[in-house]
Amino acid sequence: MKKVFNTSIDLLPRHIPSGMSRRSFLKRFGGGVVIAVALSDFDILEGAVEQQYPSDLNAYLKIGEDGRVYGYTGKIEMGQGVNTSLAQMLAEELDVKLGDVTMIMGDTDLCPYDRGTFGSLTTRVFGPAMRSAAAEARIILLQMASESLGKPIASLDVSNGIVYEKANKQNNISYAELTKGSGIVKSLKEKPRLKTPSEFKLIGKSTRRTDGRAKVTGKALYAGDIRLQGMVYAKILRPPSHDSKLVSADTSAANSSGAVQLIREGDFIAVLHEDPEIAEKYLSKIEAKYETPDSGLNENTIFDHLVRSAPEGNVLEEGGDLERGGMESDEIFEEEYLDGYVAHAPMEPHTALATMEGRRMKVWASTQTPFRLKSNIAEALKMKEEDVQVMQVFLGGGFGGKSSNGQALEAARLAKLSGKPVMVAWTRREEFFYDSYRPAAVARLKSGCGKNGVITLWDYGVYFAGQRGARHFYDIPNHRTVAYNTRWTAPGVHPFATGAWRAPSNNTNTFARESQINRMAAKIGMDPLRFRLNNLKDERMIRTLKAAAEKFGWKEITAPSGRGFGIACGVDAGSYVAMMAQVDVEKSSGKVKVNRVVLAQDMGLVINPQGATIQAEGCVMMGLGYALSEDIQFSGGKIHNRNFDSYQLPKFSWTPKIEVVLLDLPHEPAQGGGEPAIICMGALIGNAIYDAVGARLNQMPMTPERILEAM
Amino acid sequence: MMESIQFKLNNKNRKITIDPDRTLLWVLRNDFNLTGTKYGCGMGHCGSCTVLVDDKPVRSCMVTADFIEDKSVVTIEGLGTPEKMHPVQKAFVEHDALQCGYCTPGMIMTATGFLQEHSGPSRDEIVDAMEENLCRCGAHPRIIDAIQSASKEI
Repeated sequence: MKKVFNTSIDLLPRHIPSGMSRRSFLKRFGGGVVIAVALSDFDILEGAVEQQYPSDLNAYLKIGEDGRVYGYTGKIEMGQGVNTSLAQMLAEELDVKLGDVTMIMGDTDLCPYDRGTFGSLTTRVFGPAMRSAAAEARIILLQMASESLGKPIASLDVSNGIVYEKANKQNNISYAELTKGSGIVKSLKEKPRLKTPSEFKLIGKSTRRTDGRAKVTGKALYAGDIRLQGMVYAKILRPPSHDSKLVSADTSAANSSGAVQLIREGDFIAVLHEDPEIAEKYLSKIEAKYETPDSGLNENTIFDHLVRSAPEGNVLEEGGDLERGGMESDEIFEEEYLDGYVAHAPMEPHTALATMEGRRMKVWASTQTPFRLKSNIAEALKMKEEDVQVMQVFLGGGFGGKSSNGQALEAARLAKLSGKPVMVAWTRREEFFYDSYRPAAVARLKSGCGKNGVITLWDYGVYFAGQRGARHFYDIPNHRTVAYNTRWTAPGVHPFATGAWRAPSNNTNTFARESQINRMAAKIGMDPLRFRLNNLKDERMIRTLKAAAEKFGWKEITAPSGRGFGIACGVDAGSYVAMMAQVDVEKSSGKVKVNRVVLAQDMGLVINPQGATIQAEGCVMMGLGYALSEDIQFSGGKIHNRNFDSYQLPKFSWTPKIEVVLLDLPHEPAQGGGEPAIICMGALIGNAIYDAVGARLNQMPMTPERILEAM
Repeated sequence: MMESIQFKLNNKNRKITIDPDRTLLWVLRNDFNLTGTKYGCGMGHCGSCTVLVDDKPVRSCMVTADFIEDKSVVTIEGLGTPEKMHPVQKAFVEHDALQCGYCTPGMIMTATGFLQEHSGPSRDEIVDAMEENLCRCGAHPRIIDAIQSASKEI
């Protein structure tokens, strides 16, 4: 543990030496083995090619002269634990100690290009690329050892980075000794064989976070913790509303004070000072006048607006005959489901430090997309891309919100204008204003079933949530799924920015689908688990549901049974999730207490079971928020929730007993783990509320007021 | 108007001359480079900036520098080091009671202050003590477990 910690500190020096020269890619490889991986050769790497991992960047790992192994990835660590699971994969294939691996993440000079850390793609797409590189490195090192020891490869084995002769373990040589100063460049023609589950020593083994010690002792560095000589904080003039126009700004009080530096480029006005509170104090002395139109949009009127603004539908899937489906149904259900705007609200607001060093711009930013940020900065400041470097830091949460990088663009702009290192650390108020919210959305669903519990009709249209998770997985003869706007962004339609929010689209789509399923089951008096199994042919979903039911001890219900049992299932990022819950609803107040959540997940090969379990637990806790309390209130482009007193995140007292079952499928490809489990939370709790008190809610969040009204 | 303030910081006597209206949070972060204390909301709602002042958890974004005159302040860096962790820090590591780690120093300082005054707390008492600290990643169940296990070491 100690070794791991020390290196993570080394990676993120507290004081960045000024004039630190750019370490070019080749230079980095000066002292070690370069592993050439011809990506296109590997079937397993199809996803990697699709992600544009550069095939000429043979740069997933380096074996240092001291024997340390450096893994390079354009992914970032925002709490999801991939610095641990990627190191496990690398150490596994290379046969080195986990503690000897250091991950270098998200540094655009040092790491291979990556689109960004989103979509639960790190383990399932980047993982195989890294494993292949490590497997090939191992073979090359064995060849080198064979020459050095004068023994055939077949007589050798590797353990903890030391190649030894099986018949005489004293005859050995370490990776470090092999690579020391050699600078060998070599590649293999043949495909490397990845280890199989029976050979795994590290993959599949529960492993504690490697960054734990750094994080509990305050040593882990986030963007706001980097300190540079002469750095200043920038406080930027902000409009009251997203649709405000600046009419006039009197900056004389701040300007004449001499205490701060004022920067103005058109409507972009910033105050710089080495202390953020003093900068803020002088910013508040600027007298600004705005014109703000009234669009009449708010959290209540938005839904009609969305349906009115809908583009032509995109049919994602259809089959059978909807009219016939209607005629064959004993019961028809026509429902509308509504979802408000939700904030990402990471505990670390968007933060970035930027500095010009000669012609180069260096940026430490809390970003999920360092390479995109690099391009955006180069474009905005008319610089060459190669002159911009985004550096490694820890992120204090992302959830999709740190794929947009406004703060870093501001910092870079101000660093260039002022010639100083500039820190832009958004306040919570700014964070709530400039978030790229999960879009408000409308889902319309007409379905039908027979009294026998067979679904005969499914006609689904979703407005502005996006298409991820819109397709159902039930066996329904007559069906259609239409997305009106397939993305989670829709410029000009929403009164402010929207974006990807943990398992984008799927939270809204799963809420609608799984609420409707329970509604149908209840109407015909069938247990909702039995009703699902009745209409499923997908074996993965069937076994996942059964695994959840077994753990939960599901007993058949005819809702509302008064027991408060909820159930929901879904598919996201290649993983299958089934969840069951028990809730209590206080009838006098409408308050919900979720007592127990059981979650079964088929995610294929699990690299770090403990890490995957923790992600699932996090999904449950975070999902409680969008299900029960989180809702952005607004008037046009003016956001009313600007801090945690008016935007309720889940709290300790909400913590249910959470039990996670990961299906044991080591021979299946690894699937996503950071997002899938959150998709069921809305319907899970909605269905449980219905079972508890017979109140059916079609709108999230399911606040006490709405529950009382529905009762 | 600058003022001279004397206090104890992580067990060392300190004397600084500063604008007494500045908040303790930014004094710690910028004047002493103790960046383990995090800004989360600036309004005392989230607890990310919690430090101990005379052994009691205090939200450093809500007090000004003059508040610490003649008092003793302990930050996450003063609680324990990577080589010699405090029992609460150790328990957080052992329980994997963190994800992004940003709320973690505030969680640990709040829990430490609580455990110094309450021995053998029940789960409900721990939840009550931690209720106003926010975590977005959802580490809550493990944080509760970690504090419960640390309570046996203190």
